[in-house]
Amino acid sequence: MDLWFTENHTKNARFSMKVDNVLFTKQSEFQRIDIFDTPEFGRVLTLDGYTMLTEKDEFMYHEMIVHVPMSVHPNAKNVLVIGGGDGGTVRELTRFKCVEHIDLVEIDEDVVLSCQKYLPQTASKLDDPRVDKHYEDGLKFIRHHEDEYDVIIVDSTDPFGPGEGLFTREFYGNCYRALKADGIMVNQHESPFYTDTAYAMQRAHERIVQSFPIAKVYEVHIPTYPSGHWLFGFASKKYHPYKNVDFTRWESQGFKMKYYNPRLHVASFALPTYVEDMLKEVEKRDEAK
Amino acid sequence: MEHVLSQEDAPILEALKKMKRRRLVPFDVPGHKRGRGNPELTNFLGEDCLSVDVNSMKMLDNLCHPVSVIRDAERLAADAFGAAHAFLMIGGTTSAVQTMVLTALKRGEKLILPRNVHRSVINAMILCGAVPVYVNPEMDKTLGISLGMKVSEVKRAIEENPDAKAIFVNNPTYYGICSNIKEIARLAHEHGMLLLADEAHGTHFYFHDALPMAAMKAGADMAALSMHKSGGSLTQSSLLLTADTISEGYVRQIINLTQTTSASYLLMVSLDISRRRLALHGKEIFDKVIGLVEYAREEINAIGDYYAYARELVDGDAVYDFDITKLSIFTRSLGLAGIEVYDLLRDEYDIQTEFGDIANILAYVSVGDRPKDIERLVAALSEIRRNYKKNQKNMLEAEYINPSVVCGPQEAFYADSESLPIDETAGRVASEFVMCYPPGIPILAPGELVTPEILRYIHYAKKKGCSMTGPEDMYIERLNVMKEA
Repeated sequence: MDLWFTENHTKNARFSMKVDNVLFTKQSEFQRIDIFDTPEFGRVLTLDGYTMLTEKDEFMYHEMIVHVPMSVHPNAKNVLVIGGGDGGTVRELTRFKCVEHIDLVEIDEDVVLSCQKYLPQTASKLDDPRVDKHYEDGLKFIRHHEDEYDVIIVDSTDPFGPGEGLFTREFYGNCYRALKADGIMVNQHESPFYTDTAYAMQRAHERIVQSFPIAKVYEVHIPTYPSGHWLFGFASKKYHPYKNVDFTRWESQGFKMKYYNPRLHVASFALPTYVEDMLKEVEKRDEAK
Repeated sequence: MEHVLSQEDAPILEALKKMKRRRLVPFDVPGHKRGRGNPELTNFLGEDCLSVDVNSMKMLDNLCHPVSVIRDAERLAADAFGAAHAFLMIGGTTSAVQTMVLTALKRGEKLILPRNVHRSVINAMILCGAVPVYVNPEMDKTLGISLGMKVSEVKRAIEENPDAKAIFVNNPTYYGICSNIKEIARLAHEHGMLLLADEAHGTHFYFHDALPMAAMKAGADMAALSMHKSGGSLTQSSLLLTADTISEGYVRQIINLTQTTSASYLLMVSLDISRRRLALHGKEIFDKVIGLVEYAREEINAIGDYYAYARELVDGDAVYDFDITKLSIFTRSLGLAGIEVYDLLRDEYDIQTEFGDIANILAYVSVGDRPKDIERLVAALSEIRRNYKKNQKNMLEAEYINPSVVCGPQEAFYADSESLPIDETAGRVASEFVMCYPPGIPILAPGELVTPEILRYIHYAKKKGCSMTGPEDMYIERLNVMKEA
């Protein structure tokens, strides 16, 4: 038996994983959900045929999307996660004692239910008493919140499919409004490498620059994502993401990490020149306006 | 045994499929020969599309003189819409409206109509020499939009012009407003006049009980329907419906005066497929649209300042009914003209709405919309309010400018004219149109007196960024007026 899962990273480049067995398949109201076991990457979640996470490398994504803003913010109590139905982001957030409340807004309840059943590695903390789960459109949810959150984490799928509304200026603007005066937003920012995702990355950055006074980009390696080189956006009303960040508070909590550490935190904001150029291009466009 | 046609059939679609199976060697036009002769075009539009971009032939019938599959498709359309006959139109609803006017009126004959008609109506009068008798539509001063015609105003126009040949009704207007078409049809017939309905924005009325009355049901003699709007067919495809009071053969002759002899099968098959879809699933399609729009209206009205209006406007007369599938939004309380919100939505939020006028925008919602698209629209409107709200001073209040008709549109259009700087034209008679597009309703039509009030409106609309069309001078700095004797 030679069963392989293949994802087209572009029209002309593919990535394949050998599959042991398929555990779950469902066409939900919003997308097709598949969960399967692979010898190389452990259990894998795909949505509409796109890899969302694998057990082997999800720590890179989830540690970096959570610990970067949580180290910068001195006391994040109220956190909003948009998307992130697999629970990995919530898992990392619940490690912080300062966090009193987490709203998780996931459009597709079936993603949460299937991950709770088959992906306990990421979904284990979705029932933490601090977590409120909302199954609705993120854009709709956020419109009704103002000046409420310390940190917003946009843990979305790609800018096509159910997550497309989360890559828009109206969404980032609404996030700005929903954050407190020293709030931070971090979002999944796609990859700079292939043309299509690079365009989405630039577009997202442009939209964020238009909405936030501080908008920086940092990088992370995610081997199973297209090109393996991934970006996150750090947008903030007050705090700079690495200048004057006091890491003692984060260090005092004694977390055992696999990817994140304060040195990498600072270093991850140093970007390859071609990425810097792509970001500058849209920043300039915004200044010209 | 002969096949009995039913709404489940799509005769043109079936004929095209049959033709494809025959794998004919094409020694006829079009010259791209199923796309092979134009690979770039085929690559862009797709082989399936090019393979049915064919000319009329025996097995596909001929729109100029339909005797087989087009005739069947027209019969099915007539049945689906409750008309005696339906004509497939491939020159847009413009061609359907022009056919109505050219069928009903000859040179010098009078047409009773509201002023907020589409330019195609007045264009048709330029062609045939008919003369307009305008019924002033009521105006909603706050919203700055023209409403429907009051029955009493129509009655008065009939009494003053008993020789008029037809009455023209928008069912509904671009904004969704309906007149009492049933009563107006009754009045028309009582006085020996025809009732012509522009249903460019009303195709869906035929398929849902919660919507205003459809023209053919109200007794109209002819109705022009933009199937490509709420009906889902390709742009430029429309239907012309007629009652048994109208000679089918005469209408066909009128259509053939101006219609191409190479009618596009892409357009015709799109009408055929869309008619089948509406006939079989119309109710559920428009249930969904009504649900989406009602949700959007509630959410938009909850943002503050915006006013997405609906049935509360209904007054039983000038607003006899309202089409609840229309999402018209009043923006002026934000200190922003509709056209400014329209531009912001497109430039800053990547959302293209149907149009913005000086006080409203119209977001066109159809079965193709998804709840998440509605969320984007609502979120963007809320962001525009947060980021761009201004105070309201210096906003021009739209007012109905009563046209002063000096002569018929044909006489003015073909008269000796001169081109003047627009500000020097007050007091002269225009020989061309000026309009904002969309909606394409004239501010000034040929034969009408230019007034300072009209010039002020044109300047304001230009300043706010409305797209102005009509005059020979593309920049609307000069205007053609009739030479003074």
